[in-house]
Amino acid sequence: MADLRCSIAGIESINPFWLASAPPTDKQYNVERAFEAGWGGVVWKTLGVDPPVVNVSSRYGVHKDLGRGIIGINNIELISDRPLDVNLREIEQVRKNWPDRIIIGSMMAPVEEQLWKELAIKIANSGVHGIELNLGCPHGMCERGMGSAIGQVPELVENTTRWVREVVDIPVFTKLTPNTTDILLPAEAALKGGAHAVALINTLNSIISVDLDAMAPTPVVDGKGTHGGYCGSAVKPIALHMVAEIARAAETQGLDISAIGGITTWRDAAEFIALGANALQVCTAVMLYGFKIIEDLNEGLSDFMDAKGYKSIEDFRGLATKNTVNWNDLNMNYDLKAVIDKDTCIECGRCHIVCEDTSHQAITIETTENGREFTVVDDDCVGCNLCLHVCPVPDCITMEPVDNGLPYQTWPEISTLRGE
Amino acid sequence: MGELLKTSQSGGKLSPCDIEANFDDLHPPLNDQQVNSWASRCLFCYDAPCITACPTAIDIPRFIRQIATDNVIGAAKTILSANIMGGTCARACPTEILCEQQCVLNTGEQEPIEIGALQRHAVDHLMDSAKTHPFKRAANTGKTIAVIGAGPAGLACAHELARLGHDVMVFEARAKAGGLNEYGLAAYKMAGDFAAKETKFITDIGGITIKTGQALGRDFSLQDLQDNYDAVFIGIGLTNMRNLGIAGEDLSGVSNALDFIETIRQTSDLSTLDPGEDVVIIGGGNTAIDAAVQAKRLGVNTVTLAYRRGAEQMGATNWEQDLAAKNGVIIKHWAKPVEIVGSGHVQAVRFERTQLLDGALSGTGDMFDLQAGSVLKAVGQTLVSDDLNVLDIRRGKILVDASGMTSVAGVYAGGDCIASGEDLTVQAVADGKNSALEMHKMLEG
Repeated sequence: MADLRCSIAGIESINPFWLASAPPTDKQYNVERAFEAGWGGVVWKTLGVDPPVVNVSSRYGVHKDLGRGIIGINNIELISDRPLDVNLREIEQVRKNWPDRIIIGSMMAPVEEQLWKELAIKIANSGVHGIELNLGCPHGMCERGMGSAIGQVPELVENTTRWVREVVDIPVFTKLTPNTTDILLPAEAALKGGAHAVALINTLNSIISVDLDAMAPTPVVDGKGTHGGYCGSAVKPIALHMVAEIARAAETQGLDISAIGGITTWRDAAEFIALGANALQVCTAVMLYGFKIIEDLNEGLSDFMDAKGYKSIEDFRGLATKNTVNWNDLNMNYDLKAVIDKDTCIECGRCHIVCEDTSHQAITIETTENGREFTVVDDDCVGCNLCLHVCPVPDCITMEPVDNGLPYQTWPEISTLRGE
Repeated sequence: MGELLKTSQSGGKLSPCDIEANFDDLHPPLNDQQVNSWASRCLFCYDAPCITACPTAIDIPRFIRQIATDNVIGAAKTILSANIMGGTCARACPTEILCEQQCVLNTGEQEPIEIGALQRHAVDHLMDSAKTHPFKRAANTGKTIAVIGAGPAGLACAHELARLGHDVMVFEARAKAGGLNEYGLAAYKMAGDFAAKETKFITDIGGITIKTGQALGRDFSLQDLQDNYDAVFIGIGLTNMRNLGIAGEDLSGVSNALDFIETIRQTSDLSTLDPGEDVVIIGGGNTAIDAAVQAKRLGVNTVTLAYRRGAEQMGATNWEQDLAAKNGVIIKHWAKPVEIVGSGHVQAVRFERTQLLDGALSGTGDMFDLQAGSVLKAVGQTLVSDDLNVLDIRRGKILVDASGMTSVAGVYAGGDCIASGEDLTVQAVADGKNSALEMHKMLEG
């Protein structure tokens, strides 16, 4: 068993898996069930200034594939709707009951220095290991000038981070919204404000679906709907990109990263760590399957590390960051061709039709006495991978590099040679 | 009810309730969760092999995708536009040798999509919920076409002709339309009087008149129809039951399996049927299996199906043979009946064991007797061609060209009475529809 302990912003955790600030971390009962299941930490559901908010009935919508698999959830729930003091007393109790687990207090407040500072102090006093600034909620709270309304303005990100840093002596995580054009701008602002770490991504603004009977966006609240925060495995690619940008940019070096965004499996976790994440937060996956998935997350990550010979998280953290480059740094001479294994091909024709209709007409069909035979025309294949992705048979289509003897040449180099 | 029959718990006779249950749907409709699960597994193959395997060429990937995207009425229209008897075919087709056999998932996941069950889901949904017929007739052509036989071929032909704007007069010898769908398929495949329901659905398009009790040769001649109609379609099936040609066939208790099935299909109270303790069925096709399984489901103690060749040569599909075994039918291969023994009533059937010698079937000389209270013959049917002497008949079937036309211009034929492929409902539907399209071309051309 590999060592799954991790360190982020100076906080040591028994494993990198924390529950993100969301309904699963709303109260003592849920949090203790999570700890019993094996989660390393939680970010308590965001606390605000009393009086607490009121939530609506009907809060979640989902995006499904044709097989009813849930790809993403969208929610219109606000922050904790329980009194601050109730939450803080519960946090104190859980800290006592679970001394080896991490609790981070998530907070938000209107943009007033005093409100931020008072709330941060109260939360810190409950014994949390750190404070996370929720600057990302893209629904409801932003209409009151909080959440993403702050996160989208770098100056406000810096100010709120600084205000909290000034009054607490525990690590500060600034949670970023992905609803922005360049994630580096708020990340740099967080760093300037003194954040020890950034947490990202918060949910994406979305309308998850339209109820065609009610003619309203879902979830429908008495005939009306609103945009909500989108999360789940569908947003993982967006999160990976944003994490990688922060991890590889010179301007944001020194920021630890608590990665969030569709982490569902140990493989997702390993990918975020490979791109530079120090620790991870999970929400949607437990909202779909319950806390028990921590077993597979822990064991899967450990088994992967054992198989690869990584003894600790640090051994492979960021290994993919250096291979994450700009398009202009890619080798233009690299040449791949698809190869179809005719022994395992089940003759569905999906590779042919997607190539024929939408790509490069590089897969032919020949009807023989043994059935249909699909063959790649190397001269027309551009190595796009589409056939491989649509093929239902594992490893039936592979991509083989062509040894063309050409050097690694980037577009700018070729462009120079061409005299452009 | 499912593939397993209810048996007596006390050792006594089955209760009427148990018997009713035994004749309910062999395969109950899929529930919504099953529908979604199967529909979402379909790979949406390009130029899908399942379509090629269907004699009516239903666009199967398309209708399954329509189900998966919650357009079930659209799915039903896709099915019915290719095969107006999609409902019966979903229930009775041997999908294991047609579409489902060709499903590419047989190779990959070792289990095909449940195409038949999904088809039933879609068609039943439309038939149960649509307020109007899904297809509209084209403008009236002023032509009237005669169809002989209201079985699958005749009804499919009539429907397509009506859709194209022709009027159709269907002559049916029996009291009800539907042909083998009504009289000849196992009851548990057509539960809920489905054949009658489907006939009504098909004729609801309008322009189709069915005259029952009208037999070719007795009530009208082919020439009458040629004289009075713009074209004629013959879909009379094969109605002459083959004999075994052995001694004792005239004993009481010896009858045709199809007559037995018809009795089951037409009775209003299954518990009044009593085929006796020991039923011997002779034959190896799906009709033999249908009769044997239904006999078991009526509560008969010992049902033996005897076939003169082996399992491989049986006309019944492997799936049908398994169903018989599951239902407690004893199957004796390599057994040729040589005599039916009894005085007045059948008492036993004497068989000779057979073997293949250099590809030819021959008796071994070994004899054995099977006790029999009744004997059901399922050794095939032949064409009654007495009133068709103007047509070319070849190897016992009406000769037709690629368009379905017989040797007489304007007279078409399809279904079991021609040699078009397997003797299956779905093939008859394909024949009827294709002939209709060709007749339309001829009449409007």
